[in-house]
Amino acid sequence: MTNYPIAKIRADFPILKQKIRNKDLIYLDNAASCQKPIQVIDCIGNFYKQDYANIHRGVHTLSQRATDKYEQARHTVQEFINAKSAKEIVFVRGATEAINLIAQTFGKANIAAGDEILITAMEHHSNIVPWQMLCAETGAILKVAPINQQGELIYAQFEELISAKTKLVSVVHMSNALGSINPVKQIIAAAHAKNIPVLLDGAQAIPHMSIDVQALDCDFYVFSGHKLYAPSGIGVLYGKQELLEQMPAYQGGGDMIRTVSFETSTYAGLPYKFEAGTPNIVDTVALGAAIDYLTSIGMETIAAYEHELLLYATEKAQQINGLNIIGTAKEKGAILSFTLDNIHPHDIGTMLDSVGIAIRAGHHCAMPVMDFFDVPATARASFAMYNTKAEVDVLIEAIQELINVFG
Amino acid sequence: MFEDLRDLYQEVIFDHNRNPRNFRVIENADRKVEGFNPLCGDRLTLFLTLDHDVITDASFQGSGCAISTASVSLMTGIIQGKTIAEAEKLFTTFHDMTTGKEEEIQLEAVGKLAVLAGVREFPARVKCATLAWHTLDAALNNSGNSISTE
Ligand SMILES: Cc1ncc(COP(=O)(O)O)c(C=O)c1O
Repeated sequence: MTNYPIAKIRADFPILKQKIRNKDLIYLDNAASCQKPIQVIDCIGNFYKQDYANIHRGVHTLSQRATDKYEQARHTVQEFINAKSAKEIVFVRGATEAINLIAQTFGKANIAAGDEILITAMEHHSNIVPWQMLCAETGAILKVAPINQQGELIYAQFEELISAKTKLVSVVHMSNALGSINPVKQIIAAAHAKNIPVLLDGAQAIPHMSIDVQALDCDFYVFSGHKLYAPSGIGVLYGKQELLEQMPAYQGGGDMIRTVSFETSTYAGLPYKFEAGTPNIVDTVALGAAIDYLTSIGMETIAAYEHELLLYATEKAQQINGLNIIGTAKEKGAILSFTLDNIHPHDIGTMLDSVGIAIRAGHHCAMPVMDFFDVPATARASFAMYNTKAEVDVLIEAIQELINVFG
Repeated sequence: MFEDLRDLYQEVIFDHNRNPRNFRVIENADRKVEGFNPLCGDRLTLFLTLDHDVITDASFQGSGCAISTASVSLMTGIIQGKTIAEAEKLFTTFHDMTTGKEEEIQLEAVGKLAVLAGVREFPARVKCATLAWHTLDAALNNSGNSISTE
């Protein structure tokens, strides 16, 4: 892409300018967490310097200013994912907390013994364990739709697993271990045909594509700020208003109440019903800054650039003898998971780190995916808006060289 | 390209990784314990034959990274003929070497195991080197038939 502002983007990320072990840092662990632009870093500093106070409680100027900025971030998120109302945007710690919240509120209210929850075989642990916990408490049953050797959901079998007992479908939008992008529109249509709500785990999808929750018609969409160029400790639960209204509250405390007496309390309306206690004020505002940064470049533009980068890296990787790409789905985001014959991913990770390249080596919180492909772990290079083809070239050269060294 | 790693990946380590020693099953082993490092998926099964308190045979099965494979390959060789007390003492010395607790490498005590001293500069890899030894420790103390390092 000739007019992609890569030089400007790279200049916005101060951390990228450093050397690691005397080599230029090449950061390819973006699926774990990505780096922050100066706009986000400055936002945090400035907020503490100028605007900080607790929100929703003071009549004083600072409290009002902090409240306005916090609520502005909610509107920024709403527009970013095209939610109908800001009431549908609940701030949480991250994707993990969002899924647990849904399991503990929607789940406990709607899912009983013998009911089924349907997920896929490529889920992150955070979209498996909360449901196992709910199943253990309620006697519900977790059903898992299988994947094929390319790492794609076997859609026909998924559809067959939707039954009269299914009370929730919860699937990953884009897999962190494989890069596969699920046919979510088709999934949602099939589930809705039987009146089953659908939760999408958007933790990986959100930084790589433009998301429109109304066009998708999903019932819940969750993601974490730290994979979207914002700080860790802040995330989003989107839920359709009618569903959120029916759901019981999650945690009790300040901010989530309307009135409290020792006999009874009444709860605040949406979204505050789910935001008990003083929230992560500053990082929420910084999430808004991260989204403003992304929209100034354009999610479509970023998606196109990253897609080109993935194709380039894939083509180069395929030319390496003894390299096996794990996850070759037709619809795929900017993740290259691989193994090398006779070289363990941890050795790959240490070797690449010694030349300044940060990748992830491990099970990527997706042990069932590792079991399916019969590997203990994979090496994973995951790309972000600031990576370049030149970095891919260095990665490929280093992989080739480490194969030679291992002999 | 990988000059910085010479201390970590010595030729001996590559050699043991390519051709692990004592890589076999001992039928009717006196002790059989599985060691697992969930972080990297390294998994090994350690087999021991004991004659009173002497380790007369040791072997392993499983797969792991070069560091953990070399470590268990070397360990199963070096403990053969040692008493349980000697093996436990070696574990302590080895542990202190790989974690950097003991700065001087006790060459006399650790012998060939000195090639693994390089991991002390790589905190994320120390567990790779010590998995075999934690498994041995569990086997000698009869504390269950699987251990997990975390
Ligand atoms: C697909 C997917 N879902 C959920 C999560 C959990 O996100 P977090 O740890 O930020 O709560 C991750 C993060 O690794 C992920 O990749």
